[in-house]
Amino acid sequence: MDLTHSPADEEFRTEARAWLRAHVPRTPLPSLETEEGFAAHRAWEAELAADRWSVVSWPERYGGRDAGLLRWLVFEEEYWAAGAPGRVGQNGVSLLAPTLFAYGTQEQRARVLPPMATGEVVWAQAWSEPEAGSDLAALTSRAVRTDGGWRLRGQKTWSSRAAFADRAFGLFRSDPAAPEPHQGLTYLMFGLRDPGVTVRPIGRLDGKPAFAELFLDDVFVPDEDVIGEPGQGWRIAMSTTGDERGLTLRSPGRFLASAARLRDLWRAQGSPEHSRARVADALIAARAYQLFAYAAASRILDGARLGPESSMNKIFWSELDLALHETALDLLGAEGELADGAWSEGYVFSLAGPVYAGTNEIQRDIVAERLLGLPKGRR
Amino acid sequence: MRFLLDAEQRAFADALRAMLTAADTPAVIRDWSRGDHTRGRALWSRLAEAGVFALAVPEEYGGLGPRPVELAVAFVELGRYAVPGPLVETAGAAVLLGEPAPARRFLPGLAAGADLATVAAPGGYALDGDAASLRLSPAPDGLYLCTAPPGPVRRSLDPARRLTALPPGGELLTPAVPYDRALTWIRLATAAQALGVGLALLDRTVAHVRQRTQFGVPVGSFQAVKHRLADSRTALEFARPLVLGAAVSLRPEDVAAAKLTACEAAYRTARTALHLHGAIGYTAEYDLSLWLTKARALRSAWGTPEECRDRVLAAGL
Repeated sequence: MDLTHSPADEEFRTEARAWLRAHVPRTPLPSLETEEGFAAHRAWEAELAADRWSVVSWPERYGGRDAGLLRWLVFEEEYWAAGAPGRVGQNGVSLLAPTLFAYGTQEQRARVLPPMATGEVVWAQAWSEPEAGSDLAALTSRAVRTDGGWRLRGQKTWSSRAAFADRAFGLFRSDPAAPEPHQGLTYLMFGLRDPGVTVRPIGRLDGKPAFAELFLDDVFVPDEDVIGEPGQGWRIAMSTTGDERGLTLRSPGRFLASAARLRDLWRAQGSPEHSRARVADALIAARAYQLFAYAAASRILDGARLGPESSMNKIFWSELDLALHETALDLLGAEGELADGAWSEGYVFSLAGPVYAGTNEIQRDIVAERLLGLPKGRR
Repeated sequence: MRFLLDAEQRAFADALRAMLTAADTPAVIRDWSRGDHTRGRALWSRLAEAGVFALAVPEEYGGLGPRPVELAVAFVELGRYAVPGPLVETAGAAVLLGEPAPARRFLPGLAAGADLATVAAPGGYALDGDAASLRLSPAPDGLYLCTAPPGPVRRSLDPARRLTALPPGGELLTPAVPYDRALTWIRLATAAQALGVGLALLDRTVAHVRQRTQFGVPVGSFQAVKHRLADSRTALEFARPLVLGAAVSLRPEDVAAAKLTACEAAYRTARTALHLHGAIGYTAEYDLSLWLTKARALRSAWGTPEECRDRVLAAGL
C-alpha cells in the first residue's frame, strides 16, 4: 500500500506542469462542437504533439513518451488542473488507438497513429444505428465483399464528432447468415469524405453539432482498413468499449479539477449552507474515483485486466459528472441559465454521460450478472 | 505507487475470515445483546491472539503498530461478521493512552486482549461500559479513567451496542489528550467496520434473491432488483479505496471522507437489503437484523455525515 509516486514520476509531473503553464491558452478555446472551435482544438492538439504531450502513453515512435499507466494518470491530473482544453482527438486516442495496439497490423499503426497524435486526422466513432443503441449487436449496416476490400451500406447515427472529423471506425455486418447477432461482424475504418458517405450533422440539446448521422452508399474500404480478422468485430469492439467505460475515457484528473473548481465557486459565492453537502460529496467522490483508478492501475500493472468492474466505473463517473455540473449551475443561480457560461457547456455534455458508452442500465445489468452472479432475466 | 494490499495483508484478512466464519457470530451477538459477555470475551481473546488489538499499539508497549492499513483490513472483517463489543474504542484507546506513563501501564493489556476499553464520545454515550475494564473520558483538561461504575445500560437501535453514560471525573491519567489523533484512528476503524457491514449485507441479499422465487422465477432476475444491488456494489467498491487511502495517509480529512462514504454506502445497502428481503428482513429473529441495525448505528457513531463533510471542506481535500 503506497500512494507516493516515484521520484521519476514526480519529475515527470513537474515537467508536464511547467510545459502546461507555459502553453495552455489564457482564454478558453471556443467549443469544440463548433467549426471554429474544432479548428482551434486541432491546432491545440498539434501544439501538444510538437512537444510529445498529446499521447504520453504511446510508444515514442508514434509520437508518445512511452509513459506507463501511472504517469498517464499523473499527466491527466496536471492537464486538467491546468485548465487545458478538452481533447478533440479523444475518440481516436482512447478508443481506436488501444484497439490498433491490440489487434492492428504494424502497417496500420504506422499509418494511422502518427496523424492521430498530431490532430491532423481526427476520428469519429461509428457504432450506433437507429435500431441499435444499447443493443449494439442488433446493427444491420452491411460490409459486402468486393475486389480488394469491402463495400459499406447502411446508416450510422449519434456519431460523436462526426460533423467535423476526418475518418471513422465502426462495426458492420459482413455475414448476415451467422447464427448469432454477435457473429459475422467486421471492424473497419473509413473516410468521412469518401465517395458514397453523406454526413448529416445533428444538433444536440444546445443546438451544437456534437454528433451526426452517416449514410453509407457503397463506400469502398480496402482490406488494409479492416482491423483484425473479418467476422471477429464483436470481440475486438468489446475490448474497446471496456476501455471506454474504464479508465481511459474519463481520467480521474478531470473530475478532481472540476471538483476543485466547484469548491472554489462555492467559496466565491460565500459558502452557502444549502450547497455544503453537495460540494463536499463531489469533492469526496472525485477523490474516491482517483483512488479507485490507482487501485485499478495497480492491478493492471500486476497483469490483471479490467473486466466488468469497468461498468461500475462508468456508472460512477457519469453520475459524478452530472452532480458536479448540476451543483455548479444551481450555485450560479440566474447566471447558470446562460448557455455561454463556463459550466454550461460541461453541463450539456454531462447530461449524455448516463446514455452513451452503453446506458447505465446496461452497466447495472453487467454488474449484477457478472460481478454479483444474479440470473439473467428479461431486460 | 502500488495501491493494493500485499500478500501478507490479504493473508491476514483471510485468516480472520476463517476464524470468524467458524465462530458463529450471530449466536455470540445475541448473547452479548443480553449482557452475557462470555462467548464474546472468548472471541475477543482469539482476535487478540491474531493481533487485532495490537495494531494501534507501538511495539515498545507490546504491540505490532502503528499499522493503520492492517487495522483497516481487520475492521472490514470485524464488520463483515458484525462482531460485538467496543472494538473501535479499544483501538482508539491505544492512541488516547499514548503518553509514556499511561502507555506503559495500559497498552500491554490492551494489545493482549486482557482489557476492553471504551471511550466516552464528547456529549455522548460510551459503548459497552458494562463490559469494558477501562472506561476513558477525554475532557478539555485531561484524560480521565472512570473509576465509578457506569450508568445503567441504555438500549441502542443496534441491540448489540450497549450504551452507558460515564460519570464525570475519576483518575486523571494525563493532562495531554491526543484526542484528534485518537479520533482519526477511531473513525478509520469505524469506516472499515461499516464497509464490512455493507459487504455482508450485500452478500446476504444477493444469496437471498438468487434462491427466493416469485412469479415462478428468482427475484434476482428482475431488473429493478438487480439495479439496486448493482448500485450497492458500486457504492461499496468506491468506498473501499477511500478507506484504504485514508489508512495510508491518516489525514483527518481523508478519514472523514472515508467514514462518511463507507457509512453511507453501508446504510444504503442496509435499506436495499431490508427491502429485498421483504417482511423477513423486518424481523429481529432473522440474522440479517444484526447487520441492518449496525449500519444505522455506525452512521452517526464517531462523526455524523455533516461533521465529516465539515472536516473535508475545512481541509480542502
